[in-house]
Amino acid sequence: MAANKQTEILLIGGSAGSISVLLKMLPDLRRDLSFPVVIVLHRKAGNESGLELLLNTHSNLPIMEAYDKINIRPGTVYLAPADYHLLFEDKEQIGLDFSEKVNYSRPSIDVAFQSAARVFKANTAALLLSGANNDGLKGMECIAQYGGMLLLQDPATAEVAFMPKQVLFRMNVQQILQPENMARFMNQLNGN
Amino acid sequence: MIEPDIIKDAEIEVLLKDIADVYDYDFTQYSKASLKRRLNRICIIDKFTSFAELRYRLINDASYLQRFIEEITVNVTEMFRDPLFYKALRTDILPSLGTYPFIRIWIAGCSTGEEAYSIAILLKEIGLYNQALIYATDINPGVLEKAAKGIFAAGPMRQYAENYILSGGSKDLSVYYISQYDHVRFHSDLKSKIIFSTHNLVSDASFNEFQLILCRNVLIYFDKDLQNRVFKLFDDSLQPLGYLALGAKETIRFSHLEHKYRQWNGEKIWKKISWES
Ligand SMILES: C[S@@+](CC[C@H](N)C(=O)[O-])C[C@H]1O[C@@H](n2cnc3c(N)ncnc32)[C@H](O)[C@@H]1O
Repeated sequence: MAANKQTEILLIGGSAGSISVLLKMLPDLRRDLSFPVVIVLHRKAGNESGLELLLNTHSNLPIMEAYDKINIRPGTVYLAPADYHLLFEDKEQIGLDFSEKVNYSRPSIDVAFQSAARVFKANTAALLLSGANNDGLKGMECIAQYGGMLLLQDPATAEVAFMPKQVLFRMNVQQILQPENMARFMNQLNGN
Repeated sequence: MIEPDIIKDAEIEVLLKDIADVYDYDFTQYSKASLKRRLNRICIIDKFTSFAELRYRLINDASYLQRFIEEITVNVTEMFRDPLFYKALRTDILPSLGTYPFIRIWIAGCSTGEEAYSIAILLKEIGLYNQALIYATDINPGVLEKAAKGIFAAGPMRQYAENYILSGGSKDLSVYYISQYDHVRFHSDLKSKIIFSTHNLVSDASFNEFQLILCRNVLIYFDKDLQNRVFKLFDDSLQPLGYLALGAKETIRFSHLEHKYRQWNGEKIWKKISWES
């Protein structure tokens, strides 16, 4: 890949079975990460702060749920709130959208990934985790079109391998990662 | 959809300027990310193959404008969405308004009316319906027409009934409507105190004073400057000690209103505590 590429955003998408992966990865991310991390998980509307709290107790970096027009900062992890699509207004600002579900999902991984790809172009890195749903595929394709970096949880390690397997069938990913290697890989994307 | 974007960022600016010049609708301060999705969507649905085509149609066919507005605004809504919010209205906020001889409520961006009917049900159940008036407004005349009919798809009713119970309701939601095939029709006495009317938050002025204003999941479609302007409009339209209610992920923090309002118990409800301007 081109040497002038510099990760400006790390997206993580997942559904069934992906929380345990996050709990493995988050504690080992370096504190001076040079880009923001945005996590889009399928989850039930309603009990929102539970997840934020859980991830926070297992994270080296501050984790917060995104609200409308929040300014995003390097070294911080943002969680897409339940029941809203997450979009990027520009490189600094997230917007929320309460429009139709996509792939039966809101937030939809496709919607967030596509929006990020249009803003961050080749400097997008996206990791797709365990999941039972097709949501995420088109988002990964879109990021590939813009020349971004595709990362995938090793299907052999996924609680539900459907989603990562679909990606493997259809596109070339830069890196297939086991949960215990994810943080190390993310850390070396650092521009500092 | 990974169709390459039909419309580029710079073209969006041009289109919005055109619309503002030719018509009385100004979308230039809408959030770009959502707008872009909607514009791409309308190009696909209405089979425009280029930006130029969409632009030509919009400028030269005034009858297309309404459809355009319907498609680029997002009108997804639900009854009793965020049940705990409605519970706060039911147990605290609305009863505290009961001392006013006349309660005026404004629901701005009411879409197809599910919120307005939910509020009407709350008011009935706490015995304040007869002294209340609900102004339910939206930019989109199409959704208001639907709202005034009070007919909704039957599919989501089960979810609404659950939300209603979680919000503190003690009846069966179905006492408020009759089922007809795949839809339900709410009893018309529920809407006898609701006035549905168009009102554009971008360009229309304050039209009354209210004790409660709800504007949920509308401001997310506006950029920060426009949000601040609309907050000012709400402030001008709220009585002292009145309440402003926003959507679950919206806030008046970081806005010009922050210091004049106090948040109510962690809910997205703010009380107007200072009224110098
Ligand atoms: C996502 S819906 C929210 C409906 C409802 N308040 C809720 O939370 O379920 C957004 C609504 O805002 C309306 N809207 C958008 N721009 C507006 C404007 N400038 N003035 C008034 N309403 C507007 C749209 O037409 C749409 O009905």
